Amino acid sequence: MTRTPYFSGNEKPILEVEGLTVDIDVPAGKLHAVSDVDLHVGRGETLCIVGESGCGKTMTALGVMGLTPRRATIGARRLVLEGQDLLAMSKAERSALRGDRMAMIFQDPMTSLNPVYTVGNQMEEIYRHHGKGGHREARERAEYLLEKVGITAAKGRLGQYPHQLSGGLRQRVMIAMTLMCEPALIIADEPTTALDVTIQAQILRLLADLQKEYRMALVLITHDLGVVARMADRVIVMYAGQVVETGTAEEVFTAPMHPYTQGLLDCIPIPGKTLRGAKLGSIPGIVPSLIGDLTGCQFGNRCSYAFAACAAAPVALRKHGKGRGCRCLLDTAPASASVHAKPVGAAP
Amino acid sequence: MTRFLIHRALIAVLVAITVSVIGFSLLRLSGDLATELAGDTAKPEQIAQVAHLYGLDRPLYAQYFDWAGKALHGDLGRSLFSNEPVSLLIGQRIGVTVQVSFMALIFGLVISIPLGVLAATRPNSWVDRMALSFAVFGQAVPGFWLGLILIIVFGVMLRWLPISGSDHFSNFILPMVTLGMSVMPAFMRLTRTGMLDALDSDYIRMARAKGLSTSSILFKHALRNAILPVVSLTAVSLGFLLGGSVIVESVFALNGIGFLAYQSILRTDFPVVQSIVVFVSVAYIALTLISDLVNAYLDPRIRLG
Ligand SMILES: Nc1ncnc2c1ncn2[C@@H]1O[C@H](COP(=O)(O)OP(=O)(O)OP(=O)(O)O)[C@@H](O)[C@H]1O
Ligand code: SF4
Ligand SMILES: [Mg+2]
Repeated sequence: MTRTPYFSGNEKPILEVEGLTVDIDVPAGKLHAVSDVDLHVGRGETLCIVGESGCGKTMTALGVMGLTPRRATIGARRLVLEGQDLLAMSKAERSALRGDRMAMIFQDPMTSLNPVYTVGNQMEEIYRHHGKGGHREARERAEYLLEKVGITAAKGRLGQYPHQLSGGLRQRVMIAMTLMCEPALIIADEPTTALDVTIQAQILRLLADLQKEYRMALVLITHDLGVVARMADRVIVMYAGQVVETGTAEEVFTAPMHPYTQGLLDCIPIPGKTLRGAKLGSIPGIVPSLIGDLTGCQFGNRCSYAFAACAAAPVALRKHGKGRGCRCLLDTAPASASVHAKPVGAAP
Repeated sequence: MTRFLIHRALIAVLVAITVSVIGFSLLRLSGDLATELAGDTAKPEQIAQVAHLYGLDRPLYAQYFDWAGKALHGDLGRSLFSNEPVSLLIGQRIGVTVQVSFMALIFGLVISIPLGVLAATRPNSWVDRMALSFAVFGQAVPGFWLGLILIIVFGVMLRWLPISGSDHFSNFILPMVTLGMSVMPAFMRLTRTGMLDALDSDYIRMARAKGLSTSSILFKHALRNAILPVVSLTAVSLGFLLGGSVIVESVFALNGIGFLAYQSILRTDFPVVQSIVVFVSVAYIALTLISDLVNAYLDPRIRLG
């Protein structure tokens, strides 16, 4: 798979996020689900957000979309889509962009489609709501896109209800639906996690192909480093609500800087390199509570390099050249896991 | 779908037969009808004569088939009190009962569904709390008490509405409110819970991500799903209203079948009582069947299996 190169030169990024924060009111206090996250995605670029369960990937996406739950408060220094400042917009103006310029694909295709309306109805309404055309154009476009995402007998599918489709088909429908208005940005939150392994690969390939064809910015959320290796131009590694490392896919895989990223990469078995029957690496310890103020490095309790200063104060994300960053007090990366000289996982 | 239909219809028929058997037997077993009919001072010969006259000395199953066969042809026997055909007595009064039941049902729905939706969109707000208190009030207040209060306030003190009779539309307003209040709480709660569930669902999050308008999200996407259990309850409630308006019909002297049942019980008029019991039960069964069909129509997962 050839990749459109990392956005460079003069083109403005499609999405610019700086200092995104999502706090959720919980009985025990304020839960810092997302703290000070920056992200930029360019046209035709794929940004993967990776991290273990509960690290704030979904909340980051919902924060960008403006869909955080009722009890959440969201803040940002900068939130710009295609040059438009989302922070300066009214609710209605932002809502008008959702589904039109920015779209989202959710994890569970089984429950994300409304069970009582047909596929056609749900696809057409987004098109018509955003004033792209009337009933006929909507239907034609829906049929065209269903074929585009690899659904045969598309016309007949339009009249079917979600429960009549398999999980893989439903995820294809969701993808087709997000394309109805040709958005500039698609955020896909673990779009393949709920699917069979064989289907996963098909859906990822479909997403990659469509992204290339329409030159969309794609934010792909996953906890699977294999998916990252296959899809990402650039990577953001999240831990406990923070970005702990950013860089191109190549940089992050070949020279991971943050101890957490190194730990994650050590968890992946590599055919031919990992001894058969060898114990897989895993990072010992548990994720810290996200409730209450930060004290030191969030990863401190699990980090084997931790030293006194790590616990003293919150650690800042430090820049290491363009688009490269790491939230660690160690100056140079500790000896990186050499087995990861190449990105893992073969490209499909 | 056709299989589903046949299945449900078959079940409905079986239930109707069972109910008619039970209804028939209960009344016969509840006491010695011949003794009751013949009066306190009757001699044994007279009781036997009465029993023979009404066929009460024959085996129970023979009596049942005799009665059921005639009932199927619309012959429900004659009233022991007025000697009029039972079908005529019921026919004269059913209109009143149906009218008050439907009015109460619509009143209950019109109040409870918007209230439930409103409460669900603002959980734990003052609107939500008010709605829930209103439901608790509706549930706790006995129908006859509410009926009497309404009569005192609107009939006697304010003189806005008539307090008894059933000839004019205005006669039905107070009974409608009284009965409507009794079914409102369940509708309200069910709508509220259904809406809360729906609003919390993935497909609503998806609808928001599509940028749809609030009204489309609330009414097209959420309410359409939340309303499914309310539809089932509507049929059940209508059955309950048809059979359960005895007290309210009595309080407002509405001449419906509830009032007729009440009078007939006092007069030991067993053909009438029995017919009303079976009639209401069959109506109930028919309504349940209709609600199944409406649900199947509204929910493609049932309709298309
Ligand atoms: N509705 C909510 N109420 C309270 N806390 C929440 C809520 N939703 C998420 N959280 C918390 O916010 C944090 C971030 O959650 P988020 O869903 O963004 O994680 P994630 O990285 O997407 O995880 P996963 O891989 O499991 O999807 C978690 O600690 C989670 O417990
Ligand atoms: S700052 Fe300290 S504790 Fe945190 S990752 Fe770096 S070395 Fe480990
Ligand atoms: Mg998630």
